Amino acid sequence: MAQTEIKNFNLNFGPQHPAAHGVLRMVLEMDGEIIDRADPHIGLLHRGTEKLIEHKSYVQSIPYFDRLDYVAPQNQEHAFCLATEKLLNIDIPPRAQYLRVLFCEIGRILSHLLNICSYAMDVGAMTPMLWGFEERERLMGFCERVSGARLHMAYFRPGGVAHDMPEGLDDDINDWAANFANLIDDLETLLTENRIFKQRTVDIGVINAEQCLDWGFSGPNLRASGVAWDLRKSQPYDAYDEMDFDIPVGRHGDCYDRYLVRILEMRESVKIITQSIKNMPKGPHRADNNKVSPPERGVMKQSMEALIHHFKLFTEGMRVPKGETYTAVEAPKGEFAVYLVSDGTNKPYRCKIRAPGFAHLQAMDFLSKGHMLADIVANIGSIDIVFGEIDR
Amino acid sequence: MGFIEKNTRAILLIELAAGMALTLKYFFRRKVTVNYPYEKGPLSPRFRGEHALRRYPNGEERCIACKLCEAICPAQAIVIEAQPRDDGSRRTTRYDIDMTKCIYCGYCEEACPVDAIVEGPNFEFATETREELMYDKDKLLANGDQWETEIAERLRLNSPFR
Repeated sequence: MAQTEIKNFNLNFGPQHPAAHGVLRMVLEMDGEIIDRADPHIGLLHRGTEKLIEHKSYVQSIPYFDRLDYVAPQNQEHAFCLATEKLLNIDIPPRAQYLRVLFCEIGRILSHLLNICSYAMDVGAMTPMLWGFEERERLMGFCERVSGARLHMAYFRPGGVAHDMPEGLDDDINDWAANFANLIDDLETLLTENRIFKQRTVDIGVINAEQCLDWGFSGPNLRASGVAWDLRKSQPYDAYDEMDFDIPVGRHGDCYDRYLVRILEMRESVKIITQSIKNMPKGPHRADNNKVSPPERGVMKQSMEALIHHFKLFTEGMRVPKGETYTAVEAPKGEFAVYLVSDGTNKPYRCKIRAPGFAHLQAMDFLSKGHMLADIVANIGSIDIVFGEIDR
Repeated sequence: MGFIEKNTRAILLIELAAGMALTLKYFFRRKVTVNYPYEKGPLSPRFRGEHALRRYPNGEERCIACKLCEAICPAQAIVIEAQPRDDGSRRTTRYDIDMTKCIYCGYCEEACPVDAIVEGPNFEFATETREELMYDKDKLLANGDQWETEIAERLRLNSPFR
């Protein structure tokens, strides 16, 4: 009998696949329905953020950070603001720290809700998406009330936050936080014990703690493998050291554990939100430093000196002393960091962005090898990638 | 969970039934959807929507062509040209905003020392062609005239926080 050579089948997954969570193009080498090799092709959403920032003043760079991980924009801004503050060597008032923590946690819930719900939809559960988006709508309403934009807030600034909270917002967030646990319970009723969901996720994409560290995992994906590593605890920034919360940790490092860790993290975030509102100190919402934060409007219209500061800040921007810093925050997806180099002018000399999704995506081949084609959807969903931050 | 309990739950489809019951409960809940063009969600006074150029109550335009908004705009969407007017006051001869470039960060409003350029409450300014989104000074002033009541109220509500 003549021998025939069998060639593996190549399959293009994306870039317009609804389960690809954005513009991911994955070239899959298939052996029947088993994945031999998964090769993510990235760059379709590349906007040159890092290079653009070299030509923007420090305040102008903030909106660009909103557009990295556009599911939780606050946390990205936070990293850049902390980096700039570190270079400027300024302290920010406690109220600003609490406001930042409050909205960072809202961002975390925004991100986890979207991830869990869209992930559930990818593996076959439609309803969580509808319920989750109702809550997201409320949260984005809070963001809109404080900053003026539902998503791209541009709210955090070097030296504090842009505006103080309007009256009544803290009570509304408190009421919301008191009821949010019910929604998490409802989501869990639908998903946690559900046999279809479990069949699609348990023992899929298993990665142990050591491999996680090798692949550069961070955030919930790392914690799902049993490493209790959380930058909010290990190197607290802003007011996180005054908050009382736990780090949920998984055991198996499979898709199901990554889901569970996110569910538990949302519960912890609600705790932090409640605490930060309860203990919110009074006082200014940005640093009293005219070289960094613009003067108040009333003062600016009366005082010549304040007007000069206002003009200087909005044309030239702040001058940041020479230096470099690597500042990381615990973004919802993992360790989001900014490596900022300043040459003493009003623009960053270099701004390298460390996006957690990039490190997670590179493990795609490792996670998917040997699994079925349908499992790739569960894998993509569970490692929570957003293309804004991967392609930058 | 013991072996017997686990298998009983599996055979009786407990978790599926619980999920179905919950969705049924939600089915009879009050609907949260908004019938959009006829109903709209609430907007806060800080909402950053379509731009407008304001006037003083006597009809004089506020903008003094200081170009702070042009300088701060991260997307470089604003172009201003200025000249002294016949009465000697400095005013813009050209004030263009490319609404397709604008990222609605609100920096122009924060920068403006005379409250001339503001981001108003209007978010329904979709157009059929791209050209219509290149706003010039006339369009922006017309926006200001159209929305002045709302804008003034928003500024009043926001003034303690700015």
